[in-house]
Amino acid sequence: MKRTPLYAAHQRLGGKLIEFGGWEMPVQYTSIADEHLAVRRAAGIFDISHMGEVAVSGPGAEAFLNNALTNDVRKLEPGWGQYSIMCNHKGGAIDDLYVYRTGKTSFLLIINASRIEVDVAWLKQLCKEAGAAGTIQLEDISDKMGAVAVQGPAVRVMIDSVFPSKPLDGTVERCSDLKKNQVARCAFGTTEAWVASTGYTGEDGFEIVVPAEHIEAVWNKVLETGASAGLKPCGLGARDTLRTEVCYPLYGHELDEQTTPLEAGLGFFVSMDKGPFIGKDAMAQLKAAGLPKRLVAFRMTDRSAPPRPHYPIWSKGVDPQQLGQVASGTQSPSLNVGIGMAYVPPQFATPDTAIDVEIRGKRFAACVVRKPIYRKQ
Amino acid sequence: MSNIPSDLKYAKSHEWARLSGDIAVVGITDHAQHELTDVVFVELPQVGKDLKAGDTCAVVESVKTASDIYAPLAGKITEVNQAVADNPALVNTDPYGQGWLFKMQVAASEKGSELLTPEQYRDQIGGA
Repeated sequence: MKRTPLYAAHQRLGGKLIEFGGWEMPVQYTSIADEHLAVRRAAGIFDISHMGEVAVSGPGAEAFLNNALTNDVRKLEPGWGQYSIMCNHKGGAIDDLYVYRTGKTSFLLIINASRIEVDVAWLKQLCKEAGAAGTIQLEDISDKMGAVAVQGPAVRVMIDSVFPSKPLDGTVERCSDLKKNQVARCAFGTTEAWVASTGYTGEDGFEIVVPAEHIEAVWNKVLETGASAGLKPCGLGARDTLRTEVCYPLYGHELDEQTTPLEAGLGFFVSMDKGPFIGKDAMAQLKAAGLPKRLVAFRMTDRSAPPRPHYPIWSKGVDPQQLGQVASGTQSPSLNVGIGMAYVPPQFATPDTAIDVEIRGKRFAACVVRKPIYRKQ
Repeated sequence: MSNIPSDLKYAKSHEWARLSGDIAVVGITDHAQHELTDVVFVELPQVGKDLKAGDTCAVVESVKTASDIYAPLAGKITEVNQAVADNPALVNTDPYGQGWLFKMQVAASEKGSELLTPEQYRDQIGGA
């Protein structure tokens, strides 16, 4: 199993380590609910060094990425990023990712840990097919970089203590000025970090990417700076419950190569009017024919055990049909109720539709709800 | 360090049993609740159910996972703890007291020879 450069830090903090996508990662330090609530009420730091980074640059980079990704990369000014999906020719999701324009002709992709090899092979193949090798440099820098996410309502007031000097690229005066999806290059000791205002929790926050050998210094600095505000180290368990409450997809659960971003409810990030891109034609056809399934959020209305991935979903009534299965499901630490997401036929996707979730052979009532399930107070 | 009361018997699968006469009170150990953290749901067996030692008879769910609970002894379920069904966190806060799960009438043939002493259980969990 692979380990991140923060492995020793997790051991020292008593993190409980589990396997996740080929990586040995902390699932929790104290408890999932404890860490989850720390992020909702104060702040938390997550090791996301397992995630991949790919640098794409050169005069052909913009056109190349605009063809490879569903969102419109041309809308990005230097210093800004966007969520996007990389699809295959059938419109199925190869990965969901963040793309930052770090310069006029340079981009940084943040990709899922479990998809690094697939993504890089796909991008290289596309590059070759386009005969664009001369105008694009594509480098997988995943092993060279470490990353953390610092999330929660108390984070914005402390970030300038972690990065006290003015960001190097001059777009903002200080990190706390970064708007959602904005990124800056910042000095950190003897090195430089990418600091982006984004996250995977539904809270305000930042993701910080630095060379791997400096990530532990960033981790320690954030822990020290945030301690008085109640910042806690958080594991993948809380990361999963936090993102489920706000209905962010997790690759392998809500997204896979057979599922289009349209079915996943990510149409906002698919720019159908930007010109040709990979997967567009297939998605246009699917849209015209009618989507066969839609991702819905649900919450349990019966008192029950928490819904878990793969539990069957049933329609109500005299002749119940199996509609699909739970994609992600858990007990919501914020709401204290079982919640989840599932793919169902479109006629069952309307909010307030009553459904059943089968848990260990028994059916329990649930209700389709609007996304996100949890809204910031 | 886990609390392992000296007056109880333990199953390898982390249940404890408090025996008095032919009645056993059963719960999960402090070590088990610590590993699970945040118990959010407890599914208890039907009163009257006959069980062999090692049968799955309850489920304790944390935020992350569902864990099966096994009958530490052969016998019949005589009572379940409704308080723990209503407030699953009792498993975390008081695993040997208010967090008990069920009572069983131990079968006459049951010798309990598979159960561990407190010392053996401490060895099993690595002295933790």
